Amino acid sequence: MQSQLPLYPEQASNFAPHVDGLMLFLISVSFFFAAAITIAIVFFFFKYHRRQPNAVGTPIHGDMRLEATWMIVPLILAMGMFSWGAIIYVDYRRAPEDTLDIYMVGKQWMWKAQQPNGQKEINELHVPVGRNVRLILASEDVIHDFYVPAFRVKMDVVPGHYNTMWFRPTKPGRYHFFCSQYCGTNHAIMGGWVTVMEPSDYAAWLSGSTGGDTNPVVVGEKLFAEKACNTCHLSSGLGRAPSLNGLFGAKVLLVDGSTVVADEAYIRESILQPNAKIVAGYQPLMPTFQGQLTEEQILALTAYIKSLQSQPVPAKGAGVAPSTGKK
Amino acid sequence: MSTTPLELEHKLPHEDYLNATYGIRSWLLTTDHKRIALLYLGSVTVFFFIGGLLATLIRIHLLTPTGALVTPETYNKLFTMHGVAMIFFFLIPSIPAVLGNFLIPLMIGAKDLAFPKINLLSWYIYVIGGCFVLYSFSTGGLDTGWTFYTPLSSVYSNSAVTPAVIGIFINGFSSILTGLNFIVTVHTMRAPGMTWFRLPLFVWAHYATSMVMILGTPVVAITLLLAGLERMFHLGFFNPALGGDPILFQHLFWFYSHPAVYIMILPSMGVVSEIIPTFARKPIFGYAFIAGSSIAIAVIGFLVWAHHMFVTGESAYAALAFSFLSYLVAIPSAVKVFNWTSTLYKGSISWDAPMLYALGFIGLFTIGGLTGLFLACLGLDIHIHDTYFVIAHFHYIMVGGAVMGYVGGLHFWWPKITGRMYSEPLSRFAAVILFIGFNLTFFPQFILGYLGMPRRYHSYPPEFQVLNVLSTAGASILALGYLLPMAYLTWSMRYGEVAGPNPWPATGLEWKTPSPPPTENFDVTPEVTWEPYDFENRPDLGLAAGAPSLAPAHGDD
Repeated sequence: MQSQLPLYPEQASNFAPHVDGLMLFLISVSFFFAAAITIAIVFFFFKYHRRQPNAVGTPIHGDMRLEATWMIVPLILAMGMFSWGAIIYVDYRRAPEDTLDIYMVGKQWMWKAQQPNGQKEINELHVPVGRNVRLILASEDVIHDFYVPAFRVKMDVVPGHYNTMWFRPTKPGRYHFFCSQYCGTNHAIMGGWVTVMEPSDYAAWLSGSTGGDTNPVVVGEKLFAEKACNTCHLSSGLGRAPSLNGLFGAKVLLVDGSTVVADEAYIRESILQPNAKIVAGYQPLMPTFQGQLTEEQILALTAYIKSLQSQPVPAKGAGVAPSTGKK
Repeated sequence: MSTTPLELEHKLPHEDYLNATYGIRSWLLTTDHKRIALLYLGSVTVFFFIGGLLATLIRIHLLTPTGALVTPETYNKLFTMHGVAMIFFFLIPSIPAVLGNFLIPLMIGAKDLAFPKINLLSWYIYVIGGCFVLYSFSTGGLDTGWTFYTPLSSVYSNSAVTPAVIGIFINGFSSILTGLNFIVTVHTMRAPGMTWFRLPLFVWAHYATSMVMILGTPVVAITLLLAGLERMFHLGFFNPALGGDPILFQHLFWFYSHPAVYIMILPSMGVVSEIIPTFARKPIFGYAFIAGSSIAIAVIGFLVWAHHMFVTGESAYAALAFSFLSYLVAIPSAVKVFNWTSTLYKGSISWDAPMLYALGFIGLFTIGGLTGLFLACLGLDIHIHDTYFVIAHFHYIMVGGAVMGYVGGLHFWWPKITGRMYSEPLSRFAAVILFIGFNLTFFPQFILGYLGMPRRYHSYPPEFQVLNVLSTAGASILALGYLLPMAYLTWSMRYGEVAGPNPWPATGLEWKTPSPPPTENFDVTPEVTWEPYDFENRPDLGLAAGAPSLAPAHGDD
C-alpha cells in the first residue's frame, strides 16, 4: 500500500516497473552529480573564503585531462540513458500482434471508448487484466492526449491522424486517466477512470451490454450502403472500385508500383482523400468524404471493412497485391 | 565600500551618460547603447511584473483541488499570458537587450554598437509588439497556451489570438536586429589588442546567442503568422479539415522555440562566467572550453527540437534521432558547470551578492539540466511528458538559471550602470531568500509530475493538494526574493554609496572607465595588453599582485 505522500503512482501495467527502474537509474546518476557539484561548491566556498581584502587566488588556467574526463564520462552515462529509454520506447511504439483493439475518440471535453463488440462508454474504459490492449485514438477537433499515470503511458490524439498506444494491465483496480495535451476551457476535467477487471468479470461486463445497433460493424455496414459505397466497391470484384474483401491488413499494390499495408490509417485516408493513393488498375473516380463523416462514422466503416477480412477474396478486382509480388 | 582596496572616497564623474543631456526627448531619441539598455530595463521590468502577477494568481488558484480563485476560462488565460509575457517579452530580451546592450561595447572597447540607430529601432519594435500583446491581454485575453498549438489556436479558441500573434511576430524583428547588431559589433569594433580569445566569456555567450536569434526567430515569426492567417482567412496550413497538418505547426514552432531556450540561458551562462572569476579572483578554468561550449550549445541546440514531440505519433526513428541529439547537447552544458566549479578551487572567494547569485545559478541550473536528461529519455518521456515534471524542469532552467543570472548580473554591474552601491547585507539576504523560495516552489512540482499531474490544469484530483500547497507557500517566499532587490536597487540609485570605477575589482575593460561611463564610453580608445581574468599581472587593480602566491602559478594541480 502507498503511504499518505507517495512518490510514484501505482504500478499497474507491463510498462510501469520498467519506467520506474529507468527513473531510479536516472535519479541515482543525477543525485550523484548534483551532490558532487554541491559539495564541491560548498567546500570551496568556505575553504577558500577571502580573508584579506586584497588577496588573489592561485591562477590555474585549465587541465586537459580533467576536461576530457568530464566530457567522456557524462557522454558514456548519457548513452546508457539513451539506450535504456530507447528500448522501452521502441517496445511501446510497436504493439504486439494479439491485441484487444479499442477505439477511443477524444473531443472537447470528453472521451468516447468503444469495445470491439460495440459497447460504448464515456469517460470510462474497461479492460481485462493480463491482456494486451491497443487503443486506436482519433480526435474530433483539437489535439488531446490520453494519459494513464498508473500505466506510465500516454499518446497524443491528433485530428487528421490515427495514433495507437498499447499496454498490458497487470493489476485489477480503478485508475485515473487524464487528457494531458492542453485542449481548451475544460481540459482539466477531460478525464475519467480505467477499470481493470479479471477476464471473467470483463466478459460478464461485456455480455451485459447491448451489441445490436451500436455494434460498429453493423453501423458501418449500414453506412456503407447509405453513402453508396457499395455501388462501386462490389464484393465480386467486378465494380468500378476494388473489392474490399480480405483487404484489411493485406498489402495493396498502387498505380505507381509501390505497395502499402491497408491499416486503419490507410482506410481513413482513402475515405477522406481518395486520390492520395490509387490502387493499381483503377481510375481516380471516388469522391472525397472529407467533412461528411464524423470520426465515429469513419471508425464504424473501418470496423465493417475489417470484418470483411475473412471474406473470400475474388480472383480479380481485389486490389490486394499478389503475395508473390514485389515486397 | 570596504572591498575597495584603496579605501578612497569616490566621487561620481562630473559628466556621464546619465546627465550628459536632459529631457524626455534625449531619452526617447537616444542612440547611446547605455541609455537604450535602460529603456529596455524599464520595459522588460514592466513585463516581468505582469508575468509575476499572473504567476501569483495561478499559485493562489491552485491552493485547492477545485481551484480557489477563478473560472476555468480565466485560469487558462492566466497561464497563457504568464508564458507569453515572461518568455517573449521578458526572458528573451532580458539579458541580451539590457546587460548585453550596455556591456558589449564597453567590454570590447568600442564607443557604441555597430548600428546605434538600429539599436534604438529594435527597442521601438519591441514596444510596438508589446502593445499588441497588451491589447490582446486586455481585450478578451489569450487562452491558447504560449505554445499556440493548432488547431486550438487557429480555429477553436475564442480569445484574442490574432493581436497576440501579430505582436509576437513584430517583436521577433527586435530580436533579429539586436542579434545582428551584436555580431557585427563583435566582428568589427574590438579595440586594439582585444583578440577573440581575450574576449570576455560574456561576449562569447552573446555571440552564440545572436546566431540563434538571427537563424531561429524568422521561423517562429512566420509560423505564428501562418497560424494567424489560418485563423483570419481560413487558409489550410495546420487545420486537417482544410487539408493542413497540426503536427507541421509543432515542428516549425519548436524549431525556434527550443533554440529559444538557449537564447534565454546562454547569456545567463555568460554572466556567471564573468562573476565567478571576478569573485574568486583567479582566471577562469578552461576558458576555451567555456567559450567553445557556448558555440556547441547554439549549434546542436538547433538539432533537437522534436524532443518536444515524442508522443505526437512522430516516427519512432525520428524520436530515436532526436533523443540521441538531445543527450549530446547535455555535454557542453556539463562542461560549463564543471569548469565553473573548478574555478573556485584555490580561489580567493568573496561572499558578495553577485557571487551568491552565480553559485545559486550553478546549483539550480545543474538540477534543471539533469532533469532535462529525464525528459530527453524516450522511455521516461512517455510518462512525464506534459506533466508538472516539465513545468518544474523548465522553471529550473529559465527562472533558476536565466533569471538568477540576470539578477546576479544586475547586482554585478549595478555600480557600473548607476555609479552607486546597494545595501550589502540586504542583497546577500535577498539572494539566499530567492534560492530557498525557488526550490520550495518548484521542487515539489517534480514529484507532482511523476505522480501524474498534467500541466495546465485548473483543477486536480485531491491527492495532489499537499504538494500544490507547498509549491504555493514557496512562491510567496520567492516573490519576496524578487521584491527586495527591486526595492533596494531603486533606493540605491539616489542614496547608495558612490562606487568608483572598479569596486570589486574586476579585470574587464568596462571597469577601466568611470562609473557611470561617459557617453563615449572611453576618453581614449583603450589598448588591451592583458589576458582575460588575469589578476596576477594587473597592478592597476591594487591587489596583492606580483606578491608571491601560496602555490606555484602553474596550471597543474
